[in-house]
Amino acid sequence: MSAPATAEVLSVSPPAMSRRRARDLWRGVARVGESRPATVGVLIILFWLAVAALAPLLAPYPPNASDLAALAHPTPSRAHWLGTDHLGRDLLSRLAWGARPVLVIAPLAVLGATALGCLLGLAAGYHRRWIDLVLTRACDIVLSFPVIILYMIILTHFGSSAWNIVGVLTLTKAPIIARIVRGLTLELREREYVAAAKMRGESALYIMLVEILPNARGPLLVDMCLRTGYNIIIIGVLGFLGIGLPPPDPDWGGMVKDTYGMMSVWPHMALVPCAAISSLVIGFNLLAVGLRELGLRD
Amino acid sequence: MTEGPLLEFRDVAIAYATRGGEVPVIPGLSFRMDAGEAMGLVGESGCGKSTVALSIVRYLGRAGRLVRGRILFEGRDLATLDAAELRAVRGRRIAMVYQDPMASLNPVMTVGRQLMEVPMIHEGVGAAAAHDRAIEMLREVKLADPDAVMTRYPHQLSGGQQQRIVIAMALIAEPALLVMDEPTTGLDVTVEAAVLDLVRELRRRRRTAILFISHNLGTVVRVCDRIGVMYRGELVEEGSVRQIFTDPRHPYTRGLLDCLPALGRDKRHAPLVPIPGQLEPALARPPGCGFAARCVHVDRARCTSAPIPLRPRDGARGHRVACVRAAELAPWTRRRADATAAADGAGASDPVISTRHLGKLYHPRAGLFGAGRAPVRALRDVDVVAGRGQTLAIVGESGCGKSTLAKVLAGIEVATEGHVVLDGAEIGGLGVDRRSRALRRKLQMVFQNPESTLNPSHTVGYAIGRALRRLRDGAPADPSAGVARLLEIVKLAPELARRKPRQLSGGEKQRVAIARALAGDPDVIVADEPVSALDVSVQATIVNLLAELQAARGTTLVFISHDLAVVRYLADHVAVMYLGAVVEFGRVASVFAPPYHPYTEALLSAVPVPDPDRQYARILLEGSVPRASEALRGCPFASRCPRKVGAVCDDTPPPVHRLAGDHRIACHIPAGELATLQTGLVEPQRQER
Repeated sequence: MSAPATAEVLSVSPPAMSRRRARDLWRGVARVGESRPATVGVLIILFWLAVAALAPLLAPYPPNASDLAALAHPTPSRAHWLGTDHLGRDLLSRLAWGARPVLVIAPLAVLGATALGCLLGLAAGYHRRWIDLVLTRACDIVLSFPVIILYMIILTHFGSSAWNIVGVLTLTKAPIIARIVRGLTLELREREYVAAAKMRGESALYIMLVEILPNARGPLLVDMCLRTGYNIIIIGVLGFLGIGLPPPDPDWGGMVKDTYGMMSVWPHMALVPCAAISSLVIGFNLLAVGLRELGLRD
Repeated sequence: MTEGPLLEFRDVAIAYATRGGEVPVIPGLSFRMDAGEAMGLVGESGCGKSTVALSIVRYLGRAGRLVRGRILFEGRDLATLDAAELRAVRGRRIAMVYQDPMASLNPVMTVGRQLMEVPMIHEGVGAAAAHDRAIEMLREVKLADPDAVMTRYPHQLSGGQQQRIVIAMALIAEPALLVMDEPTTGLDVTVEAAVLDLVRELRRRRRTAILFISHNLGTVVRVCDRIGVMYRGELVEEGSVRQIFTDPRHPYTRGLLDCLPALGRDKRHAPLVPIPGQLEPALARPPGCGFAARCVHVDRARCTSAPIPLRPRDGARGHRVACVRAAELAPWTRRRADATAAADGAGASDPVISTRHLGKLYHPRAGLFGAGRAPVRALRDVDVVAGRGQTLAIVGESGCGKSTLAKVLAGIEVATEGHVVLDGAEIGGLGVDRRSRALRRKLQMVFQNPESTLNPSHTVGYAIGRALRRLRDGAPADPSAGVARLLEIVKLAPELARRKPRQLSGGEKQRVAIARALAGDPDVIVADEPVSALDVSVQATIVNLLAELQAARGTTLVFISHDLAVVRYLADHVAVMYLGAVVEFGRVASVFAPPYHPYTEALLSAVPVPDPDRQYARILLEGSVPRASEALRGCPFASRCPRKVGAVCDDTPPPVHRLAGDHRIACHIPAGELATLQTGLVEPQRQER
């Protein structure tokens, strides 16, 4: 693909249209209100986004500060609304601060996986032949690996950091997105508007990005929401396995790992972060369900 | 039988719940049908005729609601039936046939089982008896070899056969009422003719009442006794077929009749008269006549003040019209082509695009064990030529290779043999990606499906603007002026540039597609069935637009179509294709007059004629188009030809008879002999006067 072709692709929206486009976008977002599941999902997600953004204001204590006095009675009290963990750290504060890494890593990894997956899927579905063969087989190989083992190998080898987790999630989720996009591309490339674009002599890159990709956005958007939920679970699992974000900063999965041994005595220590993970996953799932519903209605 | 009508709509109002609120699709509809009667409901898409069909069996879905009125069937109000009673009525007393037979058949069950199920479930008949009934029924719908058909799955049958099966399934329970919703719309002309004949014959034999819904008056007339014309959910005229066709009193009915292309009409001597404007959404309902905005006879003061009821006409039994001016309108006459003036199109002009020995062979991909299927011969030895500013029409049934020819001309597919010459340059082997910008500009394409021809993500303005930028030299950075000009050329308002395709009607989309093709001011436009997915009334506007554009710009048109009436209207030259080969080629007047190739003859005899008085010999082709195999040695049409001479047809390629002008026929029967055999079937309209 030549450089001018790429430049042309990127200059598809003249500035005059941007305001109308913004209005269309807002109208699209406003439609979420027409679906009850989507509305509930968005409210849950917005709640957690607010909690994460306002963590410094909401958290009554520093997240890693131990209140030794509370250790005798770590259960919810007036001083600690959600109680403390086994080290006397305030659960509410840790929950609020712990929302931050999850809400950054999970969407970031989804965006990465979607970008990579779209490129692979478009190339495979549009060109077919050997490109398709090579790319699909490569994706199959990644998908055939037991992911947890893959995460353990990669994260223990390269060390666990937020960026590495994003990278690992991107790499392992991209093949799934690629498969979805490839399927959509195989269908969309036969549309007459693609033939019309060829008749104008458009480049393959233009056809893939401007003619095909926008029409795949419906199913893709639904999948991105679902995938964000799954990523939140995986981040929790990584934390639980001890290969998540390094301690002592709060991480929901890590909070469960630290305290699940005390389930029989002080169940709240593990249940509170578990409930947080579940609610956020449910929020994203509901949004996905709602988006699918809205998509079907068109 | 119960006393009184079989089906009665009493002031029925139906509304659909949408995001914008409740839309009254049917504001108030009353009509009745007697037992054994065949009634046609006609109107443009969106007029509510399918809603009527669905409401009879209460299939309106969650959004639809019966707001008012009663639907009585055999004297019972269908709305009061409980689930079990409703089930007994559906399928047993009322059967439905829809447009797409594949959607009505279960793909994982054999046709036989699906047929047998009907009497087994509805009447508790045993398997053996049901089997006999099914075989009997298949015989009745004229499927050859019913025993073999019983064991087939739906995908193993052709579209026409599938529709026959659906009709058999509908009739096997011996219903009192058969509702058919556009049953022939997706079918080829020849198949359509056969299915319509079958329906008419079955009806005569079984005395089943039929409610036949179509957008095309030409098909309704072949089946029905009575016709109701619907506009915006209301009946605007109702009467016997004869009354509607000889003395239509509502301007809308007249409009529908005027825009029907007929074999005797062509663009020079009898232009189609489309109905101005388009069907407006049912949301805003003006007081008075719904058609007033599009009516040429409108009298604002009287037409738009109060609701206009359907009133019986004096002295014409059963004829009802909803028009205040019904009695004032002058008697209607069908516009006819003037036989003597129907000269051959413009004289020979210099060829712009031509093909020589063009061939296309598809190699299906080899299977796992290397044994690929036999190659498919999509085009064999095609020689056609289109003169500057003229129209070359390519006709034939689906699978005849006409779309492949269009794709090869456009460069979307590449020929495997032979030549395509555009303005003296060879382009047959050039895929569109290897064509120069100048070449791409010279030849553009208009596609068949209005739903997929425009990218749903892009605005009309972007689609046309992009084409301008890619195809026109020195196009300004802001293409909006050019876009507006092109929209004007195709008679669309410039505001449409901001719309997305889903906000346009089918006809509008197709116009935008034409504007897009015109962006580079091409010499040749290849149009692949551009009007076949549109309503007859919309079809007329698009066909007229193409003819006008051609006259104004001198564009050469390669027009692919299966509709001979449209071809007769628009074309200067015609190529008739069968199984990838051109069996007849020539000026339109010579192709549409004897001698014909036997295939052309069969196609012509199948064209629906919008005239209740005409009956003429019809040639029914047996079976369906066979697979285009490379092994074929003789005449491609031999396997279905009603005039087959003998073994020579199967073994030897037919000689090409060159007749007056550039008319040529590839047939073993000498042209003179064909002409004498075919004198009975002259161009029907012309024979009349």
